[in-house]
Amino acid sequence: MLLPLFEWCESTGLGLVVRESVWLFPVIEAAHLLGLCLLGGALFLVDLRMLGAGLTRTALPALARQARPWLVAGVATMLASGVLLFLSEAIKCYYSQAFWVKITTLPVALLFTFVVRERVAAAADDHVGFTVAATGAVSIALWLTVAAAGRWIGFS
Amino acid sequence: MLPHAWPEHILFAVSLLPLWQWMAAQPWSIGLRESLFMWPLLESAHVLTLMMFVGTTTMLDLRLLGVTFRGVPTSEFTGRLLPWTRAAFAVMTVTGLLLFYANPVRYHHNLFFRAKVILLVASGLNIWFFHSRAHTRVQAWDLTMPPPRAARLAAVVSLAAWVGVVVTGRMVAYNWFDCDLQPQSAFVNWAAACVVPPVGE
Repeated sequence: MLLPLFEWCESTGLGLVVRESVWLFPVIEAAHLLGLCLLGGALFLVDLRMLGAGLTRTALPALARQARPWLVAGVATMLASGVLLFLSEAIKCYYSQAFWVKITTLPVALLFTFVVRERVAAAADDHVGFTVAATGAVSIALWLTVAAAGRWIGFS
Repeated sequence: MLPHAWPEHILFAVSLLPLWQWMAAQPWSIGLRESLFMWPLLESAHVLTLMMFVGTTTMLDLRLLGVTFRGVPTSEFTGRLLPWTRAAFAVMTVTGLLLFYANPVRYHHNLFFRAKVILLVASGLNIWFFHSRAHTRVQAWDLTMPPPRAARLAAVVSLAAWVGVVVTGRMVAYNWFDCDLQPQSAFVNWAAACVVPPVGE
């Protein structure tokens, strides 16, 4: 049902430009990877704190607030580069199980991060309770799934 | 008296290629190279730990530059976050060495891999320099803004080197400059230590 949509994506001018270039795909891929590192750092710093590890002497709401712009920058880099990579090989993605795992987990991870986790972190006091710790654990699990499934698209 | 062919002999003596050729012939190396799932699993673990390692390193670098987390003492970063950075580095190194073990001769001749190793050494020297100099007096500038020049310089070098490592590491997968894809420029053949038969033979 969605195949025509994916075929259209692959036929777009942007997809064509990336696909026909020798070096564009690898360069965008590298940017995607650098975005992943930025996202990972801003994410784990706070998730570890939520689990009672890492920078525990700093209040969680302050830490989350300061990490947020870097997290957003990482996500934005990944989305921009990811869309370009996707457009260049949309039909391959359509037939890739890893892609479907990633593309269904990604919205969940984004919603969880910017709706649930952000509120839990902002409301947290010095005592790390079950809700805070569980939120940190779920965040790590979601994003590692997205990252691993993303890497796996390249193996298929 | 030194024989005139002395530099060549030295070069031959320090080339690690025979070691990699021996390594590539080992059953475990062949097994990894030809495996359907082990190689992708190692590669995935390498990328996930990269995400944690370079990510947390970047956060420390941003703190050393004084652009963010200004209220968090530097010593808390190096004392309480760095163990996690090191743990991720350990897994990343083990998986990286195993990936190398799977195909040592290819990586030996890979231009991007060689650049990556140089950048890794530069990064290691920078870490050693920072921890043996500026960081030994960290209590004196724990919350000082801006942090000392030496710390900011170390952060810039670190960011540049790790960006370089990530980019060259990703490019290792591409064969544009592989020795078996001739003709390559003289620079590539030199930098990748390609053995190219002279033209006309």
